[in-house]
Order: sequence, then C-alpha cells, then structure tokens
Amino acid sequence: MFKRLPDLAAFHPDARALAVTIDGKPFAARAGDTVAATLFAAGLADCRTTPVLGSARGPFCMMGVCFDCLVVIDGQPNQQGCMIPVGEGMRIQRQQGARAVAAAAGPADGMTPEAQP
Amino acid sequence: MANPATFDIAVVGGGLVGAAIGYGLARGGVQVALLDEGDIAYRASRGNFGLVWVQGKGLGLAPYSNWTQLSARRWPELAALLRADADTDVALEQPGGFHLCLSERELEVRVQTLTRLFAQPGLEAYPFEVLDHAALADRIPGIGSAVVGGTYTRLDGHVNALKLLRALHAGFGKHGGTYLPNTRTERLQSSGGRFVLEAHGTTLRASKIVLAAGLGNLHLAPQVGLAAPVRPQRGQILVLERVRRFLHHPLATLRQTDEGTVLIGDSQEEAGYDDTVGLAVLATLADRALRTFPALRDVRINRTWAALRVMSPDGFPVYEQSRAQPGAFLATCHSGVTLAAAHALELAPLIAAGDLGPRLQPFSAERLHVQKAT
Repeated sequence: MFKRLPDLAAFHPDARALAVTIDGKPFAARAGDTVAATLFAAGLADCRTTPVLGSARGPFCMMGVCFDCLVVIDGQPNQQGCMIPVGEGMRIQRQQGARAVAAAAGPADGMTPEAQP
Repeated sequence: MANPATFDIAVVGGGLVGAAIGYGLARGGVQVALLDEGDIAYRASRGNFGLVWVQGKGLGLAPYSNWTQLSARRWPELAALLRADADTDVALEQPGGFHLCLSERELEVRVQTLTRLFAQPGLEAYPFEVLDHAALADRIPGIGSAVVGGTYTRLDGHVNALKLLRALHAGFGKHGGTYLPNTRTERLQSSGGRFVLEAHGTTLRASKIVLAAGLGNLHLAPQVGLAAPVRPQRGQILVLERVRRFLHHPLATLRQTDEGTVLIGDSQEEAGYDDTVGLAVLATLADRALRTFPALRDVRINRTWAALRVMSPDGFPVYEQSRAQPGAFLATCHSGVTLAAAHALELAPLIAAGDLGPRLQPFSAERLHVQKAT
C-alpha cells in the first residue's frame, strides 16, 4: 500500500486538513492532494469496478491518461480522480460498474436504470 | 499444400462481406484465400452501426426485403456457429426494433413508406405496429415528449459488429482458410480457366474469385467482365460513455451495445471519399438523440467517427457471376452486418456450387443498366 513520504511535507508547509467523505465515511484529506491521492492516503487502492466484467481498478497513471481512476464526485460519475484537486466537503464515492443515466433526468423524462448486478 | 499460391476460391476483401463469404466457404471445406487490403482501407466494417435490421428495407426491390428477412432468421444460427468456431459471443439480440418519429409529418411519411413497402408483389409481409407516444413510453421508458410515435417490428435486432468481424476471421482460420493481410489486389485476369490475381507483389491463382472489396470493387469488377457502380456515402456516429443498461431494444438511429456504450447515428451524406466528421451533422444527431432520450443530456461523448457506406445506384446489393468470365463473382451491399448470415450460410454455398440460382437473380447489376430517358 502507498504511504506518504515524510520529507515531502516540507513542500506543503501550509497543507491543511479538508473534511471530505469517501463512500459516506468522513475522512481528513490534505489540501494540495488530488482525489486519487486522497483515496491512496485513505488506504484504498481500488476506486471503481469496470462496466463490463466488474473487475476492480485503481488509479494507475496519476496524470490523466489512463482513465482508471474514475470516481463519483459530488454525485457526478466518471470523474478523473487524478486530475481533480480534493476540496472541502467533497463527497467522493468509488464507482461500481457503469454509471447510470438517470442523474439529470427530471421526473417527466426520467428513466429507471436496472439494478446493478 | 503443394502450391501455396493456388486456391479453389480467392475472396478479395476482408471486411464483413468478404469475411462472411470466406467463412461460409471455408466451413464448406473449400480451400479459400482471403485477400485484405490492410488498415489503409476505408473499412466500412469498422465504422458501421451494428444493426441487424429488417424494418423498412426493400422499397423498390421486394426480393431485398425477403433476403434481409432470411438473413435475420438465420442470424441465430450464425451466432451459434461463431460461438463454437471462434469462441466468441457476438452479442446478438433480436428483441424487435423501433423507428421513432419526432414529428407528425415524420410519422406520416414512415407509415406511408411501410404501407408502400408491403404493397409490393412478392414481398413476404411481416407484422409491424404503429405506436403513439403513450404506447411507446410504456415499452421504451425514458423517451421524451418530442417522440410523437413510431413503428415496431419484432424482426429487428443488433450485434457487436467489431466482435463479429473478428469472429468471422477467427472462424475462417479455424476452418483452414488462408488470410492474407496487407495484400491489396491490383490486377485480375483469367488464364487457362483460372484467375490470376496480382496483389502486393505476389501472384495467386484460383479457380474462382469473389469480389467483396467494397468501394474497391468499382475498379476491380470491370477487369473480369462485371460492373460495380458503387459510390461512398458517409455516415457519422456519436459514441457515448458506457452506462448501465437502460434500453432493451435497438432504435433505427440509437442503440445501447452489449457493453453499455450508447451509439447514436447515422447520417447519410454524399461527401465523396471524405470520411471525416463535421460538427453540423454531429450536432443534429445529438439534438435528435436528446429529444428522444432527454436523460442522455449529461452523458459524455467519448468519440465520434465517420465511415463510408458502399452504395449502389439504387441502394440495393449486387450479387452477380460474370458472364464473360464465369467463376468471377461480385458481392456488394451496404448492410454487411444484417446480411452476414445470408452471406455465410446462403451465398457462400451458391458460390461454391458455381451458380447463384434464382433467388439472387433480382440482384444482378443488369437492373442498373436501364437506358436514361432522353
């Protein structure tokens, strides 16, 4: 598992704690980290399961190209965790399978996705 | 093999049409070579929409509807064969398909079209339903209020077209077919009862040849006494990110693949050999899709692409054996997915037997040779 290098703290002398939730549980993230780094800091190596086979995936490239770090942030699915700085009050959820399409649907035009397998 | 450059049949073109015919021939025990141009080819087979579609086809040529229906009926058999031969599930689903209309005028034209289609002599009629918004909303949850109505037939379906192409090639190899990639066929001639193909620096001989080279047939066919007056017709497709299954039927212009991807198509543009996408058409496709399913508004577009359909002057397939050089066959169509089962299981045995027979007679290019009125 990943752990933070102690001497790197010197580069972020003013890093403060940010209150976020990960899968609904409170966590103290550190300002300056990305969402993907926050998940690592919380001891989570996997952040999603794949849409077709349901295999676990975690942040890999940490630079925006592999798209393996997709998470749900504040209700928005398929967000690249490694490209988004963690923020105060963020609700981070690991993404299970493919996203649903109902998120933006109003009641008049809503659709009910199937339950996840 | 004594002479690796001699085959019973050489199929020119490794796309869906050539691969389906090649697979059918190889299954029948014929020694087949499949000559494929390579990745520089226009490759309609890698840009198509993936429908196995019957509804509405054949207005102007009833046998085309019947041929399409036959292929749709035999598709489950093809899928089962590919599962066994290529260990591939091509994700065939035939739950019936909807053609949705976004205005009263569209619906009126749609119903008129189907009515005229079924009035044609010789057409094997199939049931279809005309549905209003309320009836559609029951069967396709999530449709927008802009959808005024639509038509449904239970014959329609869809398939994973990329897996299909791969499976046809794998099945072809499993049955002993010889695949020759990066082998663009340049010249054809017959000599001593055999055909000689000059392709990418090599020479092959075959007792029969099948031209299934898509737009390439335009220049190959005349070399063996055939005519393939085909032209490119561009289609553009939007590909959305994968979402949980919400759509259980293919629509004529929108479908959700077995893996969750939403495909939105499909334009019909006369743009020559320009296979690039353009925002004007893509915006129109997106607008219609959003009026059909408003909840897609926040779903991202992952990619877009364009590909070139292989269109004959009247839009129908051409199947023909050369009279001047018997043994040379032509096969061209713009529905290589829908017709894959017919090509593998019906057309291939006819080609192997050397006679296309009465069923395919209406598809001769002779129908295109009507003199222009002066």
